[in-house]
Amino acid sequence: MNVAFSDFDAIKKSLTQGELNCADLTQMYLDYIRQGAQVNAFISVFDEQAPGRAMDIDRKRRHHKAGPLAGMVLAIKDNLVMDQGRTTCGSNILQSFTSPYDATVIQKLTDADAIFIGKTNMDEFGMGSSNENSAFGLVRNPHDGQYVPGGSSGGSAAAVAAGFCTAALGSDTGGSIRQPAAFCGLVGLKPTYGRVSRYGLVAFASSLDQIGPLTRSAGDCAELLQVISGHDIRDATSMDEPVPEYASFLRRDVTGLRVGVPGEYFDEGVDAGVQKSVKAAIGFLQQSGAQVVDISLPHTPYAIAAYYIIANAEASANLARFDGARYGFRAKAPSDLEALYVKSRSQGFGAEVKRRIMLGTFVLSSGYYEAYFGKAQKVRTLIRQDFARAFEKADLLLAPTCPTTAFRIGEKLDDPLTMYLSDIFTVSVNLAGLPALSVPCGKDQQGLPIGLQLIGNHLQEGGCLRVADFLQRHYPPSAPSEYIPSAAGKNDKEAL
Amino acid sequence: MPYESVIGLEVHIQLSTATKIFCNCPAQFGAQPNTQVCPVCMGLPGALPVLNEKVIEFAISLALASNCRINPCFLFARKNYFYPDLPKGYQISQFDLPFCEQGHIGFETAAGLFTVAIRRIHMEEDAGKSVHAESYVAADETLIDLNRCGVPLLELVTEPDFRQPEQASAFLMYLRQLVRYLGICDGNMEEGSLRCDANVSLRPRGSAELGTKTELKNMNSFRHVERAIAFEIERQQNLLRRHEPVMQETLLWDAAHQVAQPMRSKEYSHDYRYFPEPDLTPGRVTPGQIDKVRARMPELPLAKKTRYIETLDLPAYDAAVLTDDIRIAEYFETLCRHVEDKKLASNWVMGEVLRALKEQDVEIDQLKMTPESLAGLLQQVEKGAISHTLAKKVFAESLATGTDPVVLMQQQGLSQVTDESALTDIIQDVLKQHPAELADYRAGKEKLFGFFVGQVMRASGGRADAKKVSELLRTRLSK
Ligand SMILES: [Zn+2]
Repeated sequence: MNVAFSDFDAIKKSLTQGELNCADLTQMYLDYIRQGAQVNAFISVFDEQAPGRAMDIDRKRRHHKAGPLAGMVLAIKDNLVMDQGRTTCGSNILQSFTSPYDATVIQKLTDADAIFIGKTNMDEFGMGSSNENSAFGLVRNPHDGQYVPGGSSGGSAAAVAAGFCTAALGSDTGGSIRQPAAFCGLVGLKPTYGRVSRYGLVAFASSLDQIGPLTRSAGDCAELLQVISGHDIRDATSMDEPVPEYASFLRRDVTGLRVGVPGEYFDEGVDAGVQKSVKAAIGFLQQSGAQVVDISLPHTPYAIAAYYIIANAEASANLARFDGARYGFRAKAPSDLEALYVKSRSQGFGAEVKRRIMLGTFVLSSGYYEAYFGKAQKVRTLIRQDFARAFEKADLLLAPTCPTTAFRIGEKLDDPLTMYLSDIFTVSVNLAGLPALSVPCGKDQQGLPIGLQLIGNHLQEGGCLRVADFLQRHYPPSAPSEYIPSAAGKNDKEAL
Repeated sequence: MPYESVIGLEVHIQLSTATKIFCNCPAQFGAQPNTQVCPVCMGLPGALPVLNEKVIEFAISLALASNCRINPCFLFARKNYFYPDLPKGYQISQFDLPFCEQGHIGFETAAGLFTVAIRRIHMEEDAGKSVHAESYVAADETLIDLNRCGVPLLELVTEPDFRQPEQASAFLMYLRQLVRYLGICDGNMEEGSLRCDANVSLRPRGSAELGTKTELKNMNSFRHVERAIAFEIERQQNLLRRHEPVMQETLLWDAAHQVAQPMRSKEYSHDYRYFPEPDLTPGRVTPGQIDKVRARMPELPLAKKTRYIETLDLPAYDAAVLTDDIRIAEYFETLCRHVEDKKLASNWVMGEVLRALKEQDVEIDQLKMTPESLAGLLQQVEKGAISHTLAKKVFAESLATGTDPVVLMQQQGLSQVTDESALTDIIQDVLKQHPAELADYRAGKEKLFGFFVGQVMRASGGRADAKKVSELLRTRLSK
């Protein structure tokens, strides 16, 4: 197997046996990034910094002083600030912004001796489900270049799927890790809200955002999660709860596990192929000793509306700081202060971001607040209660990650509402603050990956990892995909 | 038609915590521009606020002092507006569930005691400053100093209970004294530590309905507050008399021209779109936290003043002077623990001590005279061991040298001579030295009695007890 498509477990073995070193591994990824430039997964590539860092880690390894992630080469979503390179959030308005500090997760990963290979492309400020809303160009799905990789962590997902790195960090506000993981055949985890510090994550919607890993295997996900989790005094919303040993949830069986299947997530809007694959996986778990229970999440139909109201309201305030006054893009020759704001923001933000800022501003406006924001908060409470009731009957819930597999580039670009609806099975989890993981579950007729979503109760990441790991070991459709590198360039010219 | 004015105040109290409200930057005034900043208070992408617990402690003390009900759970909210000195594009403030509500503060006005209801007190962060006036700023430039960003503020909102400008300014003066007593704010209006906006409306006397109100801003002294409100009442009165409507608007007080000018409508027509701050979890205040602050609460200024009058039997004037500044009051109270005659102690603090502070331009804790040392000197005065005049000299010398006044008295033998035999000896000598005057006195020139007293005092080096000298001298001369 090509080492670029190996999971971290396999890489660690090769490193220990001396078949591989970090410097060569890093160089190989950099070569793949260069060869796969048409995927457009990266906004910045650390081709100058990464090799030196890899040599440092090799030195540490020789002295047996290397941290737990030595040999893990990571791609970082470009909405996580680092004090090297620029942090753009996929936006023109932060085109050349450099942060003077590292995000907490970056510090933790640095301390664990991970190597950073670059910053990945994304939908501008996380706003999108296809990675077509980027000022740095769209990202192609490595499985088929005519298809989107999902979003907003599309660059991170594509980078892992295309063999540009061992794993990646993304952020998930309404499905932005899980949906691209599903579309690209990866494991993607959105942790419990507050499990991972948001300090240094450029906020889209503060009450929904979480940072999480995109990996080939549940095992890699567990290792990465182990390092980035935990309380941070710089994030008041981070939880002061002990971090369990996530590896202890691996290599376990599913006997006696109560798997809840929410009827609302299997309606007629879900592709037949997706339905079939996910149901087959449910059947396999049942055969393996899991207890499958039907459950209901009755407020699911209101989740999308509530999500887009809350997320956009928070975003309208979070993005107010990008005004051209202090840093980032500033329009030329404004006549006065107001013109400076209007021109800088009009020129600096893309269409989707502007649409959402306006929506968010509207729902908070005096006279509309109660009807929209107030009501959305009430729906959020009801959705939380739905889950709380479901978790009385089940240990974890299982559903499709998305109603469809990856769609074609350009297909939904002119129809924001259809685009928003593709988040239908992912947003509720963010509203409820729960952990959820997408694991591969076979492919559709076009050969595009299907994602299966495992939703845990608060802080039950371990349960999600346990089932995902079990499937990946015993259920071939969930195994890390065998991958053909040339596919990324397939039909390149026909694509948009 | 006679009108009644209805006045409410909104006061911003800048807290004197060591660090800012949501980060660890120092909160002190006067540093070089943009040197007390970090990613959090600069609103850099990705930075998050974390509440400084000290702010809660300060807020509890003001809540207790203003008899407010403290909400067991409070919320922060974002107040959205664009301004260059507001780096996040929103201010973290409070809207629903403020820190505390429904209190009252009693204070004195020229016309007697007045109690104003307090609607609410909430916590918020200060904004930065736009710099225009400094020499390093070009004519067409505005520079931004973010040092003040994130300095903690408490905003206190009164009910519209004031009827006269004088009541509003008296309240503000009392509030300044109160926050200084609590040690939560330096009360400096010129530096903006205490900022006040006023809402003013008029209504026909006897009517319960409120008229259209205007908001007055930019009043940075007590006098300005009073003048601006008086100006605005008159302006509204004139409008109403002419049957013209009062517009709801914000006016800026122009102290140079003594007028209130309307702000351009764009500058205040904000819809702040408040919503709960998602970066901060709901705050909690426990009874334990409140009790801890309560245990350290000082006696409040009005209570202290009343006690000085009623228990210490001091004149109202003395009580007011002594309680104006809590540190003076504490000095006085320490002094009183050792001195029986409270009026004597009061006279000394109001006289010698305050004069010395003024002359040396120092704070009372820097004065080279502890209340215990001064108490020693005043005990000597009370005993009659030293005259007032001499005591004042000793006080001055002690201040200058730092030597304890009682030690100084002993070193220089300055104790008052009251011993009869010693005084009789001096008198004998004086009479012996002035035979001519003695003869004249005996011949009927009684005015010379004063001359003899003076001579005896001089001979004693000023230490003789003048009353005793007169007594003894009279006895001696009548022989
Ligand atoms: Zn700071």
